[in-house]
Amino acid sequence: MSSEIKQILTTDGIPLEVSLRKAERRNKIKAFLLVAPLLLFIIITYVFPIGDMLMRSVDDKMVTEMLPKTFKAMEKWDGKELPDEEVFAAFHSDFIKLVDEKREGKLSTQLNYTKNGFKSIIKKLRRKSKSFEEGNYKEQIMAVHKRWANVEYWQAIKRRAPAYTGQKYLKGIDMFKNENGEIVSVPEDRRIHRVLWLRTLEIAFFVTVFCFLMAYPIAHLLATLPMKYSNLLMICVLLPFWTSLLVRTASWMILLQQQGLVNDFFVGIGLVADDNRPEMMFNKTGSYVAMTQILLPFMVLPLYSVMKTISPSLMRAGKSLGGTPFVAFWKVYFPLTIPGIGAGCLLVFILAIGYYITPALVGGASGTLISNQIAFHMKSTLDWSFASAMGLMLLTGVLAIYWVYNKLVGIDNIKLG
Amino acid sequence: MNKEFVKFDKVDKSYDGKILVVKDLQLDIEEGEFVTMLGPSGSGKTTCLMMLAGFETPTHGEIYLDGKAISSIPPHKRGIGMVFQNYALFPHMTVYENLAFPLRVRKIPKDEADKKIDKALSMVSLQGFAQRMPGQLSGGQQQRVAVARSLVFDPQLVLMDEPLGALDKNLRESMQYEIKHIHESIGVTVVYVTHDQSEALTMSNRIAVFNDGKVQQLSSPDELYEKPVNSFVAEFIGENNTFVGEVSDISGGKCKVKLANAEILANPISVKGKGDKTTVSLRPERALINPSDKMDNIHKGKIEEIIYHGDHTRVRINLLGNSEFILKVPNSSSNLDIKLGNEIKIGWNSEDARALDPK
Repeated sequence: MSSEIKQILTTDGIPLEVSLRKAERRNKIKAFLLVAPLLLFIIITYVFPIGDMLMRSVDDKMVTEMLPKTFKAMEKWDGKELPDEEVFAAFHSDFIKLVDEKREGKLSTQLNYTKNGFKSIIKKLRRKSKSFEEGNYKEQIMAVHKRWANVEYWQAIKRRAPAYTGQKYLKGIDMFKNENGEIVSVPEDRRIHRVLWLRTLEIAFFVTVFCFLMAYPIAHLLATLPMKYSNLLMICVLLPFWTSLLVRTASWMILLQQQGLVNDFFVGIGLVADDNRPEMMFNKTGSYVAMTQILLPFMVLPLYSVMKTISPSLMRAGKSLGGTPFVAFWKVYFPLTIPGIGAGCLLVFILAIGYYITPALVGGASGTLISNQIAFHMKSTLDWSFASAMGLMLLTGVLAIYWVYNKLVGIDNIKLG
Repeated sequence: MNKEFVKFDKVDKSYDGKILVVKDLQLDIEEGEFVTMLGPSGSGKTTCLMMLAGFETPTHGEIYLDGKAISSIPPHKRGIGMVFQNYALFPHMTVYENLAFPLRVRKIPKDEADKKIDKALSMVSLQGFAQRMPGQLSGGQQQRVAVARSLVFDPQLVLMDEPLGALDKNLRESMQYEIKHIHESIGVTVVYVTHDQSEALTMSNRIAVFNDGKVQQLSSPDELYEKPVNSFVAEFIGENNTFVGEVSDISGGKCKVKLANAEILANPISVKGKGDKTTVSLRPERALINPSDKMDNIHKGKIEEIIYHGDHTRVRINLLGNSEFILKVPNSSSNLDIKLGNEIKIGWNSEDARALDPK
């Protein structure tokens, strides 16, 4: 009997499944229309910018388009010794065109990113090129400046031939592609980004640890105190949230500076000598203190929301079954708060890793983070493609942490409220 | 057997320094006994249990367990098993780990612990559930796990705080029998808190009725029902018909109570003499329709309402000025003339009408 399952029909003979689908279609369309604006918003404000950032960070078309003939001629060049006349002629022809369009300045900026020293020789070339005679461009160009006779500069130009490049990413970790196409580290005294990456991870990690250590008792208190006290405490926790980030950071500057309140207090109680006040700002300490305070609520709230759901009778059960208060806490209460710990730590760590204003103001030279470097390239050097590349590296890092977390704890174990 | 296995000695408890939730509590519990603390919410029964478990400290007085004062012993050293209202199973541990918890903290070797866990699980007929998580069990099963966990480390005393409150009616009844049987088979002392009187009557050896921070009566279920000592107990346990009046005469173990417009004979329990105000309490099943002449109270009343209850019919009668007088008539006695508006004769023995304190 079971082999001939009859199709179930509705009273007017339509198969039940078809009928059900019909009935639900309207609801599905309605539901989709309701989320459509949000979907659109996310696409416009999130997917497009990140896509644009990705494109920008690998885009190297500018030079490719400025020197089309040169790169065509360079295809045959082995890159070991100075290129032959053909390349020089092509370069001259491209260059004249750029000069006519007044774009040679951009070329010099771009080439200067690849190798220092291009700016002046291109300027010189522009001046001299007006009086160039036809033919034998190699000699004429080489005569402009001795660097034009240096094969390294031509190699640098050739490196800019591909329309897409990963060199910004290499630069982000203090590496580059050398003349022979090998990926090598920059000399030790010029490495700045690796230090920053490591410092960013270190500060984010310790800020997360400090936040956790401070937030756990607070959240526990919040969850167990009677309502009238816990509300007051909650306001104290949330109060910083309602204050401008800048104001909070500025108040830390007042507190932490050498003539500040904290130092005055230390001197007052005789902990430090008046002429030997410790520097607590414009270094890592400043970043630690201010970031921990500012990010604390992000740890307290998820912990609190998880602790609120843990019945007090569980701890009592643990004790009545013979566990000391510590055992009851460690075996019963603590494991149940892990979803909150996970959520809080992830939140704080991710926020800390991309923190910008606070380290910029109180971090000084030794307390700045990678995001400050990104901002620097966005605003000062205008090397947006490099800033985009580092931004994406940061994003990838965060996603990687998220992935690792998911493997270890499971994202569905997270509880934010 | 130790008559004073658990002893509350003049225990007072106040949370805010203004109101006493437990007043001068004096209570002895025998070893192996099943004692229920019964009372309305806010009567102090749960507070007593929590003081016994060690989660609250008495404001005054002392609690003794097996002769030792325990007020200064922390809960985890008292060795008292406890079943909580919402079971309080550890949600992140399997059933096995839940049961192993009290054994592990006592450093009982694994093979011995496994034997104890097996025994406890078979006691509540949950063999084969050891590896389940509490969330995968039904309410009744969780309840059994909680009972097993409270017994697995062989405590001398088990406290149960309204453990069946969250179960549906049928399950609750079958669990009542199950807990009662477990108690009988292992002979552990149980102190049980509930506000459900039928639960208390079913399960207990003795019941302590709490009201207003005091034990109103401590006696066996039948005595509690048949012989309430005051009108609170009479009212709280079972159904109750009352007449409010004044004693006009006491003689020969009987008293006359004058009502607004009649006089009845009653059994003087807490009235001392003529002129005392009293509430006379009479169980509905003690009053009969068309009584034999031997009964010394026979009065006429008018049927005001008839409610069919399956096995019996409840008849509301206006009797001697009390329009809330309830009679229970078994449905087998169908020949009685019960119709709305009929006048019928109702009789009862003065012995069953207990003249208690005025409300």
